[in-house]
Amino acid sequence: MRRPGKPVLLGLGLVALALAPVGQTDYILYILSSWLVFAIAAVGLNLTLGYAGQISLAQASFMGIGAYTVALLTLAGVPWLVAMPAGVLLCFLVGLALGFPALRVQGHFLAFVTLAFNTLFFLVARNEDWLTGGPYGLSGMPRPDFWLFNTDPNLPFYYFTLIVFVISSALMWGIVRSPWGRAFKALRENPIRAESLGLDTRRITLLAFAIGSAYAGLAGAMFSPLVQYIEPGSFSFVQSLRVLLMVVVGGSGFFFGPVLGAAVVILLPEFLRFTEGYYLMIYATMVILLMVFCPSGLIGLGQRLRDRFRPGRELRGDMKQGAQL
Amino acid sequence: MSQFLQVLLSGLSTGSIYALAAIGFTLVWQAAQTVNFAQGEFVMLPAFFVLIGIHWLHMPLWLALIFGLIVAVIVLGLLFKKLIVEPMLPNGGLPLIIATMALSILLKEGTKQFYGAEAQPYPSLFPQTTLHMDGAVVSVQDLLNLVVSLTIVVALTLFLNRTRTGRCMQATAQNPAVAEILGVNTKRMVLYTFLINAALAALASFLISPVYLAKFSNGETLGLVAFIAAIVGGFNQIRGALAGGLLIGVLDNLTATYVTTEYRAALPLVLLIVIILWRPQGLLGTSEGRKV
Amino acid sequence: MQRRTLLTAATFAAALAGTGLAAHAADVVKIPCVCEMSGAGAVSGTNYHDGAMLAVKEINAAGGILGRQIVMDTYDTQTDPQVSRALVQKAIDSGAYAIMGTVYSGSTIVNMMVAQRAGVPQFTGSEAPNITERNNPYIFRTSSGAQKGVPALTAYFKDQLHVTKIAVEWVNNDFGKGGHDVFRKEMKRVGIDVVADVPSEQGQVDFSSDVSKIKQSGAQAVFVYLNEEEDARFLKEAKKQGLKAPLVGEVTLTGQKVIDLAGGAAEGAFAHVGLATSAPVPSIEAFVAKFRKAYGRDTDHNGIKGYIGVYAIKYATEMIGKFDRKALASKMHGLTLDVKKYPGMLLTTSWDKTGELSRESFMTEVKNGKQVVIGTVPAN
Repeated sequence: MRRPGKPVLLGLGLVALALAPVGQTDYILYILSSWLVFAIAAVGLNLTLGYAGQISLAQASFMGIGAYTVALLTLAGVPWLVAMPAGVLLCFLVGLALGFPALRVQGHFLAFVTLAFNTLFFLVARNEDWLTGGPYGLSGMPRPDFWLFNTDPNLPFYYFTLIVFVISSALMWGIVRSPWGRAFKALRENPIRAESLGLDTRRITLLAFAIGSAYAGLAGAMFSPLVQYIEPGSFSFVQSLRVLLMVVVGGSGFFFGPVLGAAVVILLPEFLRFTEGYYLMIYATMVILLMVFCPSGLIGLGQRLRDRFRPGRELRGDMKQGAQL
Repeated sequence: MSQFLQVLLSGLSTGSIYALAAIGFTLVWQAAQTVNFAQGEFVMLPAFFVLIGIHWLHMPLWLALIFGLIVAVIVLGLLFKKLIVEPMLPNGGLPLIIATMALSILLKEGTKQFYGAEAQPYPSLFPQTTLHMDGAVVSVQDLLNLVVSLTIVVALTLFLNRTRTGRCMQATAQNPAVAEILGVNTKRMVLYTFLINAALAALASFLISPVYLAKFSNGETLGLVAFIAAIVGGFNQIRGALAGGLLIGVLDNLTATYVTTEYRAALPLVLLIVIILWRPQGLLGTSEGRKV
Repeated sequence: MQRRTLLTAATFAAALAGTGLAAHAADVVKIPCVCEMSGAGAVSGTNYHDGAMLAVKEINAAGGILGRQIVMDTYDTQTDPQVSRALVQKAIDSGAYAIMGTVYSGSTIVNMMVAQRAGVPQFTGSEAPNITERNNPYIFRTSSGAQKGVPALTAYFKDQLHVTKIAVEWVNNDFGKGGHDVFRKEMKRVGIDVVADVPSEQGQVDFSSDVSKIKQSGAQAVFVYLNEEEDARFLKEAKKQGLKAPLVGEVTLTGQKVIDLAGGAAEGAFAHVGLATSAPVPSIEAFVAKFRKAYGRDTDHNGIKGYIGVYAIKYATEMIGKFDRKALASKMHGLTLDVKKYPGMLLTTSWDKTGELSRESFMTEVKNGKQVVIGTVPAN
């Protein structure tokens, strides 16, 4: 379990992320930042889906709540450092309010309720012009300025995103490794036994959903200054499906699964662009094939390959351990 | 009053189409315990098979319709079942849901790539005459949509309850393991379910395309509305899907006319939330014995 | 972690490949087209792109701009504003001299900030009013904004139809809302009462309650501001319910696509069109024929937009005599290109200080299944 190389590899990964933007064009910087932002949302959904076993189809609307809160506050002159926690907290509370009744009943009802909620959020964002700017959206949100570290140019903004990503991932790491977090694993593996051991499964599931939603809020709080323009369509139901796709394609329940999944969903279409009109078709076919042959996602696929070729591929060890926690 | 009648009748007609698509959700749910997020595209696509029959193979309309139906049953029924659902069934519901989401992208983009992005005019099956009833104007098309959908639902219910094959299909849906022990060829029964689903989707496609026009993106809204209709009605009952479809079609129109146009799409969703809290099994559904 | 490194390496490789392509930068000028090749805006975007490409081929065959051949790379936004923003950035990174696109207003409003920051002139096909209201010195229209088109109709409603009560049916997105807001303001200005104000969803299929509301309101005319397919569905439902008031649209309502889709239901509909492919102007007729020959299908007005956009870049660049983005942008402001001297413009066209465009436009009606021009509205 404890392989000595693991912290080293983690450090190497961080160095790679820190060096990634060197010499890159603004376009690549933007795509990389965008990947990290969606990775935060996907990491959050992974807690709900991969650890607590509930499907949420409202991740985009929680991003929307975070993004609109931060946009409205920063446009009114409130610093980002104050606006961000407000947005995250709001998402957490809405998550509690939404999850409480839905988790009262067994089955996929959280999925249905969140589906409805996402569409309702879209309608409110589009129709209430006085608050949200309606279909025109809000634009011109300032990027945060921390005294000596002004994130307005794309390069510092990438590092800003990276820092937020690392901190939020570390927090999530802490959550899933805490005794409380271990309860999720127990819950996922055997709900009945977990309950008989005295775990209040409903409360744990509810908290997991609310925390997952708060992560989406954080992603939204980053999305606002990244794109500097938000409109209702960016947070529609289809976008929620996209975040779900990230988690499952990467490997739900694996710690780094959603990060990898976000990379695939955001970066892969970019690399397939040379196929012109066919790239979305190729992309869709690849996802179907992956689901048919390896439903546990890319990390699951990596593990399977590793098992087949035995330890020879030392480099993947960190993925396996990170994934299995 | 005439306005009320007008929007009520139009709503029933639109709702009957939702119902046909919603029944598909119900059938797939019963057979595979999963949600087919490509259901909207399943309704979008058969209209294009018919257009191919007319414009490329120069068939008369009636032949093109039969051609479209057969191709739809093969592609959306047989191939969908054999190539996507069957290999994934052991993996559980979630990967299959993701796969159907990808399939919906594939079908949409494929249609666009091979038939163009523009909406296509589509021949009407019924005469364009209208009837005047107490100040409301109803087209024959609207009435026949409703009649055809109702007939299909009645026929399907009779088939499932009265015939041996139908009862075997229901047994398979309720408990595949026991059905297998009792000598039911469950694989075959599941296949039947998918073929029926494809045929229903094709019929819905033929009925709506004269009004909706044939367009690659038509499935997006339709799929979502039908999904909501299926939940509202009760996911495990065919008559529930019918009730859900009609209810949403009518409510949508009544809301838009008398309450709010901006939030017309919201009412079915609020209804959905209320139903889940008040009657989780759906309006006409029965609670499911096994955990899903 | 290793995968991330791999991805980064792949990213590097892609970036290197990109620079390799730019080796001939001296002989060519890059005018990328960022537009909607897929998604909801695919029809408009594809026509815009094909129109622009047609102009590129013609110009290149005639020797290019100042001796340089134009290279037009295509970037598909999937009608997604976020993607469009990233792609405009990508287009700029590739060394764009000017950018063609996007057509959807929701995308343009996002990505024009990127082009502005980089100082790259951008020729959009969007018609939402707010685009030229942001003091962006690098944005230029290729057709008039709704705030110019809708007022052209005001006189028609007031002086020709003599209406006092009117209804408006619009699609509730940024495009529709732009037109709707201008329309409400105009009606208020001339004192016409808006008795029914009916928003509809994008992709809506059942227009029965919309039409029945308008019918009940007693409106003497209806202003229809929808996308093509919704236009057709609305026209069908209006015919079914026997709505007698004249249906008047801006740009799309009398287009050939709508006429084909609506069957007989489009007969008698009116529309003000900034650029009509059916306009009885020899230059436009010639363009339509060229387009059909090149692509084997007909275009809508978006094809003309793309076409004249590229020609405007050529003419303005030749006036300044060098490839200078900033000079191009300032040359465009207040520029008038007379069609006699600059045939690629198809019609005499002027731009003002905000990048807004002005030229003569047309009133059209559907007669016997064809769009017919029934009057000309002078440039304003």
